[in-house]
Amino acid sequence: MKEYRTISKIAGPLVFVEKTEPIAYGELVNIVLADGTTKRGQVLDTSDELVVVQIFETTTGIGKDSGVRFTGETIKMPVGREMLGRILSGGGKPIDGGPEIVPEKRLDITGAAINPYARGMPADFIQTGISTIDGTNTLVRGQKLPIFSGAGLPHNNVALQIARQAKVPGSTEGFAVVFAAMGITKEEANYFMADFERTGALEHAVVFLNLADDPAVERIITPRLALTTAEYLAFELGMHVLVILTDMTNYCEALRQIGAAREEVPGRRGYPGYMYTDLASLYERAGMIKGLKGSVTQIPILTMPGDDITHPIPDLTGYITEGQIVVNRDLHRKGIYPPINVLPSLSRLMNLGIGPGKTRDDHKKVSDQMYAGYAEGNDLRGLVAIVGKDALSERDRLLLEFAEHFENKFVRQGYDEDRTIADTLNIGWDLLSTLPVEQLTRIDRDLINKYHPKLKSGVKKE
Amino acid sequence: MEVKEKKPNEAKQAVLKRIAGPVVTAVNLDAHMYDVVRVGKEALMGEVINIQGDNTIIQVYEDTSGIRPGEPVTNTGLSLAVELGPGLLTSIYDGIQRPLSVLVDKMGNFIERGVSAPGLSHEKKWGFKPLVKAGDKVEAGAILGEVQETNIVHKVMLPPNAKAGVVKTIKTGDFTVDETICILEDGREYPMIQRWPVRVPRPVSEKKNPTIPLITGQRILDGLFPIAKGGTAAIPGPFGSGKTVTQQQLAKWSDAEIVVYIGCGERGNEMTEVLTEFPHLEDPKSGKPLMERTVLIANTSNMPVAAREASVYTGITIAEYFRDMGYDVSLMADSTSRWAEAMREISSRLEEMPGEEGYPAYLAARLSEFYERAGLVETLNGASGSVSVIGAVSPPGGDFSEPVTQNTLRIVKVFWALDAKLSQRRHFPAINWLNSYSLYLEALHDYYDKEVSPDWNKIRSWAMEVLQKEAELQEIVQLVGSDALPEAEQVTIEVARMIREIFLQQNAYDSVDTFCDMKKQYDMMKAIKLFAELAYAAQVAGVSPTQINAVKSKGELPQIKFIKDYKPELAKIEKQMDAEFNTLRSAA
Repeated sequence: MKEYRTISKIAGPLVFVEKTEPIAYGELVNIVLADGTTKRGQVLDTSDELVVVQIFETTTGIGKDSGVRFTGETIKMPVGREMLGRILSGGGKPIDGGPEIVPEKRLDITGAAINPYARGMPADFIQTGISTIDGTNTLVRGQKLPIFSGAGLPHNNVALQIARQAKVPGSTEGFAVVFAAMGITKEEANYFMADFERTGALEHAVVFLNLADDPAVERIITPRLALTTAEYLAFELGMHVLVILTDMTNYCEALRQIGAAREEVPGRRGYPGYMYTDLASLYERAGMIKGLKGSVTQIPILTMPGDDITHPIPDLTGYITEGQIVVNRDLHRKGIYPPINVLPSLSRLMNLGIGPGKTRDDHKKVSDQMYAGYAEGNDLRGLVAIVGKDALSERDRLLLEFAEHFENKFVRQGYDEDRTIADTLNIGWDLLSTLPVEQLTRIDRDLINKYHPKLKSGVKKE
Repeated sequence: MEVKEKKPNEAKQAVLKRIAGPVVTAVNLDAHMYDVVRVGKEALMGEVINIQGDNTIIQVYEDTSGIRPGEPVTNTGLSLAVELGPGLLTSIYDGIQRPLSVLVDKMGNFIERGVSAPGLSHEKKWGFKPLVKAGDKVEAGAILGEVQETNIVHKVMLPPNAKAGVVKTIKTGDFTVDETICILEDGREYPMIQRWPVRVPRPVSEKKNPTIPLITGQRILDGLFPIAKGGTAAIPGPFGSGKTVTQQQLAKWSDAEIVVYIGCGERGNEMTEVLTEFPHLEDPKSGKPLMERTVLIANTSNMPVAAREASVYTGITIAEYFRDMGYDVSLMADSTSRWAEAMREISSRLEEMPGEEGYPAYLAARLSEFYERAGLVETLNGASGSVSVIGAVSPPGGDFSEPVTQNTLRIVKVFWALDAKLSQRRHFPAINWLNSYSLYLEALHDYYDKEVSPDWNKIRSWAMEVLQKEAELQEIVQLVGSDALPEAEQVTIEVARMIREIFLQQNAYDSVDTFCDMKKQYDMMKAIKLFAELAYAAQVAGVSPTQINAVKSKGELPQIKFIKDYKPELAKIEKQMDAEFNTLRSAA
């Protein structure tokens, strides 16, 4: 392989190489340093005069004397069944002391878009055991449902609880977890690893770790490696794969860093204008394919800078993903775990995964009614602060209490508490029964008569 | 015509010079703006978007990884065009009219590249029935005959740019789209297929002012903020506020004869939902599967960005083609913001001087050109047809002051403002009744008078007044609590609540409530107004608001939404309402 020594400029993570033979766009590049170490990069821009290479590690040690080798192929990743149970670096190298991965296949990490016509419709209810998700923001196989959180909130616990408890009731098909950490601290990583080991989840997991002190640019490829692995496990080995990506905010920061180094016209808040497309190329790698057994379900985690949901990172994410689970600081301060605020949370695929035969016939309407009640009760809190409880009408007082009960009985649950969907819905009915029946305008009479704890009293309790 | 064929003896072959993502530069290419070119050894499809001296800049509709400088580029000499003819309906295309089902057969479950696939099947035979005979004089756009495509009759027309002529031969029988079905005296031969460049509007005789509403079955839209057939509407809203559900509801239930749905840079699973659901849903008018009147264009967010830019044009050209047959077409574009972002991305790769928020300076012009292709028209063949355009807008952070929303609002006549606050409390459709507007109310006044009821326009204004009044009162309630309001105003608050919860809220997932015809809308609003009248009278007679709120029949009213044959039940409730208020009044 030809080695060039024609580096003309190095700026941030970018290396500019001159006078090369025609180099392909997107090609993988190895840069050989004076001491013999190599660093990897990818071609971002190619012309007959100049090739721009983005380095995935630090550019420390790269100089005009470094050798540049173009490999002639795009970045591929070795994948195989034995990756399960392994811990890899953010660049895909084993870091658990085990042997190299013996590849069964080498796959392009950018991945191709699933043809919308070939997609299977997500329809399998995933029970996470968390009421605020199962009851009101149901997760479905093949969905991408991010957790929007803030610095210092227990999003990691929520993610771990989901990873631990997630199951499709009645299904025994193979499952796996692919965990990709981008720019998280060693301490956080240890916490995840300890939990995986405690619960035995590690043997079904593939872990990619790019830590806070690893090169930021490597974060660009970490999620792509993870998703390539997930697609292999799902669509070639027929497993149901849950992918956890944390923290997407760090990924976007890396993206901005590269954009700035390339002197691109920045979009909102300095993030590149193509961030939507770039994020979509990750998030859209979730789903099912008609005629194939496996599925890829994604739970990306991101911390909203300043808890601002309109910040470009959560904003663009929300436009791509199928809903969001919002972790809320006020609930956390009140000591409620999991501090999920259902009001801004949403699962777009919920209706595909619930209902008779999947969960229960009353699911949708109970959920809607609770939402409406909690939203109204929550609004009244502001009013109470001004006029006091006594100025409220009877109706409002009940709603206010409903909001309290909702947080304390429905939202609050233990870190290891695994509620079935029936448990969740029954708690919902207990709460709704504190309101007058005629106020349950979103539920039809038949369902009220069937499930309402006070009205079905004639029926023998099971 | 210019000489556009390849010149084999020419000294220099056009080659690639630079590749940077979806934008590539070629040298020595003899090209015109918006010519379609084939790039690289794999002959990827691209379009000329800029010419600078020797350099031609091309946006490529497929992934460019692995392409090297020095690879060949050839010019087809044609503009980006779509194939129009029988076979469009029920199809699902990508942004450049490649049928996705054919792509699955050719390259598997994932979108690879370098595969071309024609928009229409060139093998399938269609039964053609002529409507002209030898000796007839035909002009551009004239209907030559028809094909029973699905339950829709596909009119086969003389292309809009054809010169007039006299029919010499017209055939009957089964033909592919390429076979000649009509020969004119001057020797010109026409098959069923037409090709039309997507960036050029198809010509019409005359544009007219719309006077008929597009009935959508959605109460807040038909009842309060209607769109006319041939009109334009925008639905801006933050994520999770229900843009896509609203768009899909419109695609399902609007009483257009043809629906073109463009999924532009949106979610793959959503397109799958449409694909899975539509064949099973029935058109309320014809009783046939909705898919039979639908053309879908799906360029999901992770498919190539240049094809996303083209998808909107592909969709509107297909819509115009059906309009030319005399159909009412409605086109949904979800989302125009993704289209604008595609423009921004291409523009920034061209290193053009950016306008507001990095969008190109021509954003406003492109948006208005697009929406202006909507309209109620007299077609070239004298029929009346329309294209209604409903564009979703996804403003970053839900902030309506951003450029795409603002430039869209300057053009469209109907504004359905989605509101995250409403969706959070599961008030669906989450359309804010205070911010939304429709400029077609005047134009549609007569239609409502005649077709719904002479007092509908009055009832509508009454409802809007109550809602407006409620908004004012809520400000006071926020400060002092509702009990501090005068009793009459407490009734107003209650009536407004009924309008919101009974009339405005509509459950898209309930088999009955998902579609509500104008008659039922009228009856429902009328029932609420009846309650209001009785309640105000009772209040004057000394009945307390608490007693009024406790009226049993009021609690029964919402159930009407979920009953298909609602009339007997509604009559019963109204009677009960009357009786209950009578009792209250006499007790007071």
